[in-house]
Amino acid sequence: MNQAADGEIVHFDNVGLRYGTDREVLSDVSFTLYPGSFYFLTGASGAGKTSLLKLLYLSQRPSRGMIRMFGADAITLPRDRLPAFRRRLGVVFQDFRLVQHLSAFDNIALPLRVAGIPERELERPVADMLDWVGLADRMQAPPATLSGGEQQRVAIARAVIGRPDLLIADEPTGNVDPEMAVKLLRLFEALNRLGTTVVVATHDVHLLQKVPDSLIMRLDKGRLSDPTGALRYPPRRPASVSPGGLT
Amino acid sequence: MRVFSTLVRGWKRLAGIGEAELVPQARLSGPMPWVIAIMVALTLIAAAAGLALRNTTNAAAAELEGGVTVQIVEASPEARGRQAQASLDLLDRTPGVVSARLVPQSEVDALVEPWLGVSGADGEAIPVPALIDARIDGALTAGRIARLQRDLRVVAPSARVDAQSSWLKPVFAALDSLQWLAIALVVLLAVALVSSVLLAARTALGTNRDTIEIVHLLGGTDAQIARVFQRSIGVDAAGGGAVGVALALVVILFLGRRFASLGAGMVDRGALDLVDWLLLGIVPLAAVAVAMVTARLTVMRTLRKML
Repeated sequence: MNQAADGEIVHFDNVGLRYGTDREVLSDVSFTLYPGSFYFLTGASGAGKTSLLKLLYLSQRPSRGMIRMFGADAITLPRDRLPAFRRRLGVVFQDFRLVQHLSAFDNIALPLRVAGIPERELERPVADMLDWVGLADRMQAPPATLSGGEQQRVAIARAVIGRPDLLIADEPTGNVDPEMAVKLLRLFEALNRLGTTVVVATHDVHLLQKVPDSLIMRLDKGRLSDPTGALRYPPRRPASVSPGGLT
Repeated sequence: MRVFSTLVRGWKRLAGIGEAELVPQARLSGPMPWVIAIMVALTLIAAAAGLALRNTTNAAAAELEGGVTVQIVEASPEARGRQAQASLDLLDRTPGVVSARLVPQSEVDALVEPWLGVSGADGEAIPVPALIDARIDGALTAGRIARLQRDLRVVAPSARVDAQSSWLKPVFAALDSLQWLAIALVVLLAVALVSSVLLAARTALGTNRDTIEIVHLLGGTDAQIARVFQRSIGVDAAGGGAVGVALALVVILFLGRRFASLGAGMVDRGALDLVDWLLLGIVPLAAVAVAMVTARLTVMRTLRKML
């Protein structure tokens, strides 16, 4: 499922986004994401990080500009082709967006069920994932009975269980303790080593230092900057490495 | 075997079995199954009434077809008896007359007894016409009746000929109207069922909008989401339909027994036969199918408006 070629996975060209008739929340945003890269998206609160992520996970169409994703024009993509693209994405929402009447197990299993994986084949990976995020003993718990940090871990597990090509995480470590934050980052890195492109939106500068190979995109009042120059001159790296598992 | 597994797969796809239970199931705790139960019960009762009326009409029409009644309206008992016998003889000789029978005085007395009482029905106190019940083959046209009347008047000046079916024409017309009323009720109830399901599906969509968005963002298709709602409504409809069938059966069987005990010939023949029961059996199945299709179309139409 991962991009075999070292070509672009996402390309934004002069993208603008406005809600209704308000001023643009994103202006002239241009960048390219390459397979197997690790990106941090930073910026102050209200800078447009979540809006940019919404464009990335195809929940919103831009007001102008061009977006190419997995080699296709994501703006003119017909509705019936969107699900196939979305299945190549893993998304960790800032507000978790867990399905409240489903257990932790069923929430994590949701992407696999949506993809049509038979029940007998999803039990093991879901149980492993629950174990990895330290919630093996809470697998039947509904989200309402989980703490904020536990819900966040379920949300992360749901985003990565399908081994997506592109993982998009909005403040994924906002509600967990530092130890768990590091553990989750290691999970993202492990996925990244397997070829998944990772985009993590955060305002936690300490997090940036924990992934040395990461590229940094900075949003300021809806405009993208390239503080390290890494976006303009991305380091060449293999699209994928030999799988070593997630743990 | 392959056909069977294809059918099973088809049913599973239709019913949404195998999908995660994305929408919380209210089952019989919600209003929907009870609405469907009432709709199904009323539809079954209306349909059963329509079928019983049809049976009654058909049976009566078949019995009266070709039947004529000759009345000898004559005050003098002797003249009445003489003219009745002459009429009977003429009818026996007339081509096209299959049978002719003089209705015995005891039967005539019994017929008029409810109105005239026992003392008044002895044929002496109040003159009662003599009656001949005749059956004619072929179409009973006005021309044939007029011809028969003319021939009979020669031997029995007091004879009057009436087609038996003409007496019951207003009754048949009323029964026809009632049948149309039953059909209209069935159609109206079907429309009401579709409207209720439409409303329920829209409400469920609104209530579960967040879940739907999440499933969409995880790559769920419109068809997958629609199947979930379709299954939910289908289960409600099946439960409600079963309750509706039970309610309707109680009413239909109770009314059937009450009408049967009347002992009136025409009502007796309205009893439902096997084909009627099979037709009634289609009603709850159709209700489930209509509910599921309505839910699917409603959900698909709403989802198309989302990205």
